[in-house]
Amino acid sequence: MSIKADILDEFEQVAREQGKKLTPLGDDTMLLESGLDSLCFAVVVARLEDRLGVDPFQTAEDDHFPVTIGDFVKLYEHAAV
Amino acid sequence: MNTPPCDGSLWSLTAQGGDLARRHLHGLDASVALDELAGGSSLDRPVGDLAGKSVLIATTDQLTAALAAIELDGIARRVVLCPPDLSPDHLPHVRTTAGIDAVVSDGRMPSDVVCSATIMPGSPVRLPRRETEWVLLTSGTTGAPKLVVHTLSSLVGAIKPNSFTAAAGSVWSTFYDIRRYGGLQVFLRAALGGGSLVLSSAKEPVADFLARVGRHGVSHISGTPSHWRRALMSPAAGLMAPKYVRLSGEIADQAILDDLRAFYRDASVAHAFASTEAGVGFTVDDGMAGFPASLVGQGAEVEMKIADGSLRIRSSRTASRYLGDVGPLRDADGFVDNGDELELRDGRYYFVGRRGGIINVGGLKVHPEEVEAVINRHPAVRMSLVKARKNPFTGAVVVAEVVARQEPSDALQGEIIAACRGTLAPHKVPAAIRFVPVLTVGGPGKLARAAQ
Repeated sequence: MSIKADILDEFEQVAREQGKKLTPLGDDTMLLESGLDSLCFAVVVARLEDRLGVDPFQTAEDDHFPVTIGDFVKLYEHAAV
Repeated sequence: MNTPPCDGSLWSLTAQGGDLARRHLHGLDASVALDELAGGSSLDRPVGDLAGKSVLIATTDQLTAALAAIELDGIARRVVLCPPDLSPDHLPHVRTTAGIDAVVSDGRMPSDVVCSATIMPGSPVRLPRRETEWVLLTSGTTGAPKLVVHTLSSLVGAIKPNSFTAAAGSVWSTFYDIRRYGGLQVFLRAALGGGSLVLSSAKEPVADFLARVGRHGVSHISGTPSHWRRALMSPAAGLMAPKYVRLSGEIADQAILDDLRAFYRDASVAHAFASTEAGVGFTVDDGMAGFPASLVGQGAEVEMKIADGSLRIRSSRTASRYLGDVGPLRDADGFVDNGDELELRDGRYYFVGRRGGIINVGGLKVHPEEVEAVINRHPAVRMSLVKARKNPFTGAVVVAEVVARQEPSDALQGEIIAACRGTLAPHKVPAAIRFVPVLTVGGPGKLARAAQ
């Protein structure tokens, strides 16, 4: 699976667990409009750390917080390089 | 040492239990019959040399520590029990704070008096009994230990003569080290109750200890829930057949109580609330986690109240003070606050965790222990440790490490999360679960929780 597919998979999994309705996710979808709340994002980040072995938020050099799904995916892709 | 009329000292109280020739203290490498102590000494100098002194008992072996403690109570001014895992860095602090005049050891460190499990015959000592201060060290994970002052009467306050838990002929044992409060209680119960005692050893594998406990026919045995979970993981757990199983020192959740009752069908299973500072608060023997709300407030001997969500205890069993300049041990009204937080549900109080251990998830509180209790209820889980993981969205999330009874799987992971989701608020549900082969149980027998 690509990193992006892993991430989208976790979004769907967590939304299911937390009973949230996901909007269709595109690169430009705003995280805040994805249907997930802060706790869901927190869980996604924790799961991805176990799945991919990285937490880019702990290692990121700039502190630009991701705004869109595309930003979020890029953050992980860069961290994984 | 002779057999004196009862003067309230530990030796005279032990002798009152009778039948000294048939009662033993069993160490890993040696056993001592109590009547040997009636006509001799474990010390290489006359015990009278230590009269009125502040004495540090710092042995490797629990057996030699037990012998020295029996001999010194009523004679030394103060006895400080050095736990096995005291860092050498903290030793100078302990010596200074307790004003140590003499060290009794078995080779663990340079000493003024050597004690050994080989009893040398000697002439009886007749000294007037004085009240000895017993000093126990707390097991804080950081910083220097605190020195907690008890007397023999505060230590034995919860031990009732002729009760089921102190029946003559009992053979006691404990996973604890007897230089910790929980272990010391067992040592004193064996001594005062006319029993024998099987001591654990740090260098002995759990399975070997369980086998030894079985060989000695141990009838009464105590440990922390973590000790017990680890014991039940061993095939040797079936080698003993206790009549009385006791838990203390950590929250006893329903899962471990049920497991012990199912495994040791002939045993009564009790859990006690006790701490070095608060002493023995109460014992619960109805097989259920928590304790009846009716215990609060009442009690001829122990008074309990809940303030700011935590349990406060006032009784003659609490320690009197700390040595050194570390603040008061009791509040102005004499209550000890251990920092144990409680929740009232259906007429019963449940311990939810320690004030210092709270995880903050996006501003909402989580006690690791309440999550562990839910995880441990899953039949495929042996034990678990819940901790915080740093998180960019909520500051922290809850994650769990789980020791499974069977081959771990993604399905099991999903089941555990589903079980948590069914019971706990969303922020308390572990974001991630990792299966581990084993969890670290620290020196005092409690799950090792990293400082946050």
